Amino acid sequence: MSIARQAGAPASPPPAPGPSRPVRRVRHGLGGRVFAGLATSAGATILVILAAVAVFLVIRAWPALTSSPEELADGVSWFPEGTTLAGFVGPLIFGTLLAALLALLLAVPVAIGIALFISHYAPRRLASPLGYVIDLLAAIPSVVYGLWGATWLAPRLFPLWDWLGRNLGFVPFFEGPASSPPRVVMTVGVVLAVMILPIITAVTREVFLQTPRLHEEAALALGATRWEMVRMAVLPFGRSGVISASMLGLGRALGETMAVLMILGPGFTYSLALLQVGRHQTIAANIANQFPEANPLGVSTLIATGLVLFVITLAVNMGARWVISRRAEFSGAN
Amino acid sequence: MAQRIDVTDLNIYYGAFHAVADVTMAIEPRSVTAFIGPSGCGKSTYLRTLNRMHEVIPGARVEGKVTMDAVDLYAPEIDPVAVRRQVGMVFQRPNPFPTMSISENVLAGVRLNNRRISRSDAHDLVESSLRGANLWNEVKDRLDRPGSSLSGGQQQRLCIARAIAVKPQVLLMDEPCSALDPISTLAIEDLIAELKDSYTIVIVTHNMQQAARVSDRTAFFNIAGTGKPGRLIEMDDTRTMFSTPTDRATEDYISGRFG
Repeated sequence: MSIARQAGAPASPPPAPGPSRPVRRVRHGLGGRVFAGLATSAGATILVILAAVAVFLVIRAWPALTSSPEELADGVSWFPEGTTLAGFVGPLIFGTLLAALLALLLAVPVAIGIALFISHYAPRRLASPLGYVIDLLAAIPSVVYGLWGATWLAPRLFPLWDWLGRNLGFVPFFEGPASSPPRVVMTVGVVLAVMILPIITAVTREVFLQTPRLHEEAALALGATRWEMVRMAVLPFGRSGVISASMLGLGRALGETMAVLMILGPGFTYSLALLQVGRHQTIAANIANQFPEANPLGVSTLIATGLVLFVITLAVNMGARWVISRRAEFSGAN
Repeated sequence: MAQRIDVTDLNIYYGAFHAVADVTMAIEPRSVTAFIGPSGCGKSTYLRTLNRMHEVIPGARVEGKVTMDAVDLYAPEIDPVAVRRQVGMVFQRPNPFPTMSISENVLAGVRLNNRRISRSDAHDLVESSLRGANLWNEVKDRLDRPGSSLSGGQQQRLCIARAIAVKPQVLLMDEPCSALDPISTLAIEDLIAELKDSYTIVIVTHNMQQAARVSDRTAFFNIAGTGKPGRLIEMDDTRTMFSTPTDRATEDYISGRFG
């Protein structure tokens, strides 16, 4: 039909092309070059900072790393006799991971629940105020969390820990009797969970909100209920985002210092008893605790533990990347 | 496994906006009914009321009656989820679940309805559904690959396989070929011709030749102007609609002289 119409129309020649020019390189202009330079240098900066921190840690930790156990025990007042540096750091690594994993275990399900509620269940009038409140939690300084945890929350958690110790004491984690006041790693886990909840919730919520409408409708059109739609379309789509969010939270929990320092009654063991005081300590809290009175070799020892924390955090993040990339072709990003 | 749909005096609203007005029609079982009309005339909106998918949009509501085999789909005790398990839908853009493999995609709806399905039953159902969608020979060696690894036309046939795997009464198709190339379009049209032996099919299309090729009955929707509700202008056998339509607007639209 369009052909017939064209044939019927008066013949108007198409505009003639201009005089032929040699094909030249397109000029990208000043803006493009400035932007490329800025983006590249921003990307390079983060690598430089990371490398600088690593170099600093290694250089300052070197004296401790190269000292014999005897030298450390002689030179550092709080260094336990008869252990190596690795033997000293071991329980600290264990305590750090234990507290952070506890926090993650408690926070992630709650965060996913809140994020789903905000993104898919709550009426719009309720959803955005709730989002603001969650974001506000992130603005509270950690020293305030520490105060709150030590003075308000801990006494109120004690009856629960006590109950766990009495009734579930056969599980190694809940071995009784629960210490009172409960300056124990379980309490730390709860406070850390509250602290990392906002970041995990915020990221997870954004990911859930980006679920393509097309996939949600596909599930609904198959006769999925809202929860089934969430399970078929929203959660699988958001999976890598939830992992990233959790790693952000875990990073914060691993490095959190003030709240742990204020709540936890420290100890250096590999105990699984979460309800008993004087069993655990984290790397960050230990550094803050010992740093003010440490001599040069002591500082070096503490920085060596900081180097370990740095490596752990790096490994955790790389592990998360690997988990995400393993099923990249199923991710919905293609 | 195919049922008749009767629609009486259906009005569709989005909040205060009256989207579609006073539609009354009968959709025959084991046939293909095509909806044609200009963009914005409400034909897709209307299609989505047949499986209550329009309710997904906040503020959407209907007045009037839609019955399938004498059951009022909008009766208060009817769960929209149950309606959608009876009335399948294929969308404009292919939407296989990207996180699922090809066979998981086919089984997605079945797993909702009936969680326990033996491995061999599941495999048989995957094969019969994919054969039903004319896709089996192309994907039988890579059933564990993600659904998103297929071409657009294959993805759309995968979506059809997913929809027919739950053995619905009715299959709604909302411009199923508009994102596809001509070869894939032809494959889908052939498939529609085969599926109509078992299902009641309703298809929205912008392509008049497609409506003429695949459908038995055609309904023409039009809109009087922006902000006015869309209306059903005329519905008849496809052959009649494309040769001797009753309404002037239908003739103008079909022959390309509109406005």
